[in-house]
Amino acid sequence: MKHRHAQASGNIQARIDRAHGWTLHRENGQVVVVISGDWIARAGGMSVGAVDHIFDHDADKVEKISFDITGTGRWDSGLIAFLWELRSGAAVRGVVFDDAALPASARRLLALATAEETSVTVSSDHSSLSRQLGRWAIGLGTTLFGATEFFGDVLLGSMVGLRGQLKMRAVDLRDCVLDAGSLALPIVTIVNFLVGGILAFVGAVQLSRFGAEIFVANLVGIAVVREMAAVMTGIVMAGRTGGAYAAHIATMQSNEEIDALKVIGIPVRDYLVMPRVLALTAMMPLLYLYGCAIGILGGLTVAVGMLDLTPTAFFEQIRLAISGSQFLFGFGKSIVFGALVAIVGCRIGLQAGRSAADVGRAATSAVVVGIVGVIAVDAVFAICANAVGF
Amino acid sequence: MTAQTQPVRLEVSDLTLAYGPTVIQRNVSFNVARGSIFAVMGGSGCGKSTLLKSLIGLLPPVTGTVQFAGESYWGASAERRVEIGRGFGVLFQNGGLWSSLSVSENVALPLRMFTRLDEASINMLVRLKLALVGLGPAADVMPAELSGGMRKRAGLARALALDPDILFFDEPSGGLDPITSKRLDDLILDLRDGLGATIILVSHELPSLLSIADAGIFLDAETRQPVAHGSPRELLETCDHPTVRAFMNRERMETVKNAGGHRNGS
Repeated sequence: MKHRHAQASGNIQARIDRAHGWTLHRENGQVVVVISGDWIARAGGMSVGAVDHIFDHDADKVEKISFDITGTGRWDSGLIAFLWELRSGAAVRGVVFDDAALPASARRLLALATAEETSVTVSSDHSSLSRQLGRWAIGLGTTLFGATEFFGDVLLGSMVGLRGQLKMRAVDLRDCVLDAGSLALPIVTIVNFLVGGILAFVGAVQLSRFGAEIFVANLVGIAVVREMAAVMTGIVMAGRTGGAYAAHIATMQSNEEIDALKVIGIPVRDYLVMPRVLALTAMMPLLYLYGCAIGILGGLTVAVGMLDLTPTAFFEQIRLAISGSQFLFGFGKSIVFGALVAIVGCRIGLQAGRSAADVGRAATSAVVVGIVGVIAVDAVFAICANAVGF
Repeated sequence: MTAQTQPVRLEVSDLTLAYGPTVIQRNVSFNVARGSIFAVMGGSGCGKSTLLKSLIGLLPPVTGTVQFAGESYWGASAERRVEIGRGFGVLFQNGGLWSSLSVSENVALPLRMFTRLDEASINMLVRLKLALVGLGPAADVMPAELSGGMRKRAGLARALALDPDILFFDEPSGGLDPITSKRLDDLILDLRDGLGATIILVSHELPSLLSIADAGIFLDAETRQPVAHGSPRELLETCDHPTVRAFMNRERMETVKNAGGHRNGS
């Protein structure tokens, strides 16, 4: 807003920034502020805090303030800010603010800046600690209740799905299956292969001290089939797919797409949640089986490379070590992990706020809650298995 | 004549705009006088916002030139374009506020990035800009907590942060009720008169166009080129083009075409 009224002459002098400044003339309770130079804000042409100096400089009470702008060059909001501060200062002290000498455009801006403002109510929390704590506890309870309700709703959705009455599009389900299935294979391969290899490596170092190298196969086989394939795949899918579900649904929330679904009467559960939950719950056990094979392959690679074991001996030992029930245990866990990650992702996405930052927060919490959830549920499984002596 | 005193602030000649192989508009030429309010008009999907994008540096035109105060914009180096762009204030359709920053931080960010002002001066300017748009009390509010009209005003305060002498508004009154829309129009007029800035606005809101714009161009979606030049009032009163008449009089296209055909035939 470099002011063109002041520079219409267009001469070269006007374009060279002259130092801005002001001086005072006082007479009979009147103050005349003589403003000079260029007041361009971004070039530093501002004078913040001058108001106290001008009004409270000497003991004489100021009754009126007026201006002399004959020496003023170019100006923008730097000058308006200065005048605005003086005007507010004058109003507080009951001093007459005589703006007659100011340019019309400056008067108009000053009037605009002091015009009636929109009132905005901001909710702020100034309540006591106990009240805040209580509110937090109620909030937590509501969240847990909501999550349980959502879980129940998804279960009911599955029942409806079994009867083939879900209002979802086959193409959505297919896309979700593809995304949670074959597109996840590369990362599942890498993680499980490395975990199998690391287990074999740790086992080989320890067991070779006792001449029990062959038991590396037992270690790798049992650990991978019973725990690692299911847990690692669950964690990978929480990071990869759970986060994506939350971000996708949260973005739909902020674009009012979810509102549009609700208004038209398409159930959000059927249309958005069920395809994701069904796809991930169905794909996770398959990924688990694949992860088992790859994990054992990783173990085999290290065992054959580091120890003098033959692949045949390794496989024979694994066959003896692991039983079908251990497979079933891991298989069952992976189904639960799949459902958990998908439900958490969808739930957090649907609960998200409507800003870009909320989308980021939703994705982060879906990943964190998903990973912690997978590990916590795995611990529960371990405790239960121990209790029944499995 | 120096750049500051050029009577023409923006000159667009023979612009062709396209997304890939799809041509959006061609043969777009117009001049915007310094201190005027220029309207880019037309129905939905005619390429108004696309034209705006090419004026503010977001979409390079396929052919043609855009000159700001006599200096070619797209012919300039990337660094120079950024420098020219710093003189722009842009109000996006939905405000375009950065959602992770409070309203005052939104206004302060350009000042922090592009000036060396001290904190007290920045705070002063932020308060002034928010006061100019009547949003002083909303300084610490997050954008998500604002209503649509307030978001636009906050976007306007941010557009004014660096004292631009050319302002671009994308649908300033779109989605606002008539009262809020009228207030925003008054604000735009006040700011133009107070700041002496040049304003280019994209809109299809007739009441708003008629009350504030003093020149304009009408883009046609069908032929993909401008079909009329003039202020909205001139177009309303004198323009014969069927699409412009339909737009200005809110008539249905068929009625206009039939009437035109009938008149031509008789």
